[in-house]
Amino acid sequence: MADTTPQAEPAHFAFDDESNAAIAKILARYPAGKQASAVLPLLDLAQRQMGRQTGSAWVPRVAMDEIARVLAMAPIRVYEVATFYLMFNTAPVGKFHLQVCTTTPCWLRGSDEVVAACRKATGIAGWKETSADGLFTMTEVECLGGCVNAPILQVNDDFYEDMDGPRTEALLAALKRGEVPQPGSMSGRQASAPEGGPTTLTSLTFTPAE
Amino acid sequence: MLSDQDRIFTNLYGLHDWRLAGARARGDWDGTAAILARGREAIVEEMKASGLRGRGGAGFPTGMKWSFMPKTVGDRPHYLVVNADESEPGTCKDRDIIRHDPHKLIEGCLVASFAMGANACYIYIRGEFYNEALHLQAAIDEAYAAGLIGRNACGSGFDFDLYLHRGAGAYICGEETALIESLEGKKGMPRLKPPFPAAVGLYGCPTTVNNVESIAVAPTILRRGAAWFSALGRPKNAGTKLFCISGHVNKPCNVEEELGIPLRELIDTYAGGVRGGWDNLLAVIPGGSSVPVLPKSICDTVLMDFDSLREVRSGLGTAAVIVMDKSTDIIKAIARLSQFYKHESCGQCTPCREGTGWMMRVMNRMVEGRAEIDEIDTLEQVTRQIEGHTICALGDAAAWPIQGLIRHFRPVVEERIHAYKAAHAVRMAAE
Repeated sequence: MADTTPQAEPAHFAFDDESNAAIAKILARYPAGKQASAVLPLLDLAQRQMGRQTGSAWVPRVAMDEIARVLAMAPIRVYEVATFYLMFNTAPVGKFHLQVCTTTPCWLRGSDEVVAACRKATGIAGWKETSADGLFTMTEVECLGGCVNAPILQVNDDFYEDMDGPRTEALLAALKRGEVPQPGSMSGRQASAPEGGPTTLTSLTFTPAE
Repeated sequence: MLSDQDRIFTNLYGLHDWRLAGARARGDWDGTAAILARGREAIVEEMKASGLRGRGGAGFPTGMKWSFMPKTVGDRPHYLVVNADESEPGTCKDRDIIRHDPHKLIEGCLVASFAMGANACYIYIRGEFYNEALHLQAAIDEAYAAGLIGRNACGSGFDFDLYLHRGAGAYICGEETALIESLEGKKGMPRLKPPFPAAVGLYGCPTTVNNVESIAVAPTILRRGAAWFSALGRPKNAGTKLFCISGHVNKPCNVEEELGIPLRELIDTYAGGVRGGWDNLLAVIPGGSSVPVLPKSICDTVLMDFDSLREVRSGLGTAAVIVMDKSTDIIKAIARLSQFYKHESCGQCTPCREGTGWMMRVMNRMVEGRAEIDEIDTLEQVTRQIEGHTICALGDAAAWPIQGLIRHFRPVVEERIHAYKAAHAVRMAAE
């Protein structure tokens, strides 16, 4: 288990130059006086910055306080948002955050095997736990919105689709070796087209994809 | 079968260039200024005449929704908010529009915003669609650079800003007022209606919230005409629709077809048929997790449109077809949905906050059979106590799958209970 005790909480948090450049662009999207709209984007920025700086993408309380200061919000308003939305990790996570969809469409296509393969490859027994080597955290998530490519395993920002047990083990082995396989369908099919290639839109020709 | 020439999403599978040059080659941004030159009223009337019903699940007529916005812009600006928070289990159509045909959506945002007097539009995309958001933002940047949006959009004299806003993992934000709350930087808790968003929406201003697909089809409808669109599909169920076929089929896929296509034809023609053949079919959830499940006997003949599915006490919803063959533990399949709704309840209304947890716990016992027969009726009654007694439709959505299970598969639930009792009676006798 990674250290999720209060000692993991850093003493302070400040946005770095990369984040500050992004904040300026984000704030320009909302009308004057409505900067609270930027709370989700800034929590996301803070989490990404923590990932860059510490290898663990999470949002410590001091970062929420800093966001409250930047957006002139009461800190509690930031805390309640940070804890309402599932994508904000309020405790440290591993380098690779394995988010396994087990909702019915993925379950029908074998998400149980994906879960079992993740457990076997990482040694993680429960949900929201981190492997001993600090590489992986496993989270059970609800529908990821890629159901015709079920089951789906989301690793950090990327969807790995059409998974099964062996494909999951191969993916995690690659990640352990420091490789990041191309996301998308692991069966090699074209996006949401049926296996074997599209049966519609075949009579049309356009500019080829880049 | 719908001909390719009548398909709107010609890059559904991402085989072609999704950027501006590719989109233009497929006919997007063609004569947009001329469409705007027709004026607000004419655009809204054309959309009404097309018969387009909202593609996000409720099926409310899109043109009529647009007409609810104030006719003139007063001291409060108008907003269009596009709901790209696609999270209904089984549904993955907006994802393909966003990543493969983003310019259809952007052009639709311009046209729809113009028709409602909105100089600004926000697209609220679910946070998990990170790579999709990168595509969409790149396409928005291209549209700005080409003068298609921004000041004097398409040379029309209309100023239009389009912003992308990423969510952070909350199904409830697909509910339009929760989405607005979330966009304002709050927890995604639905608002009481009235006032409706068209009167008091984002930042207290007149706002319309539309699904991605509803907005993305608008430019094509306006180019090809309401008569073309309304000639497709069935009366009051006009046009084409993206279907997502998942679960126990040989070839799960997304496909665009006419509304009103028979469910069996949809599955057999496009998804390679049910695993093990049509006779191996157990049940289908025809419109995303919220709509009641249908047994094979109804699936044999039912048509895929709003009114046909309502007649059999289910719904088209998002047209996400979840197929289950005879190997499926149907009680467990529905119980997993109960877990979903319990997880996604925002906790604001007591019947939903407490009821979704209660239903999940009872459903989990039903999976084992560890229940009494009369608890089936109790469960059914509790779903009726939740349905219609909450601010938003999540309570209804949690109740309907269970009602569908009990309506069509009650003998399976009873058999499970009897089997559990029998197994435990034997054990007690042995002890």
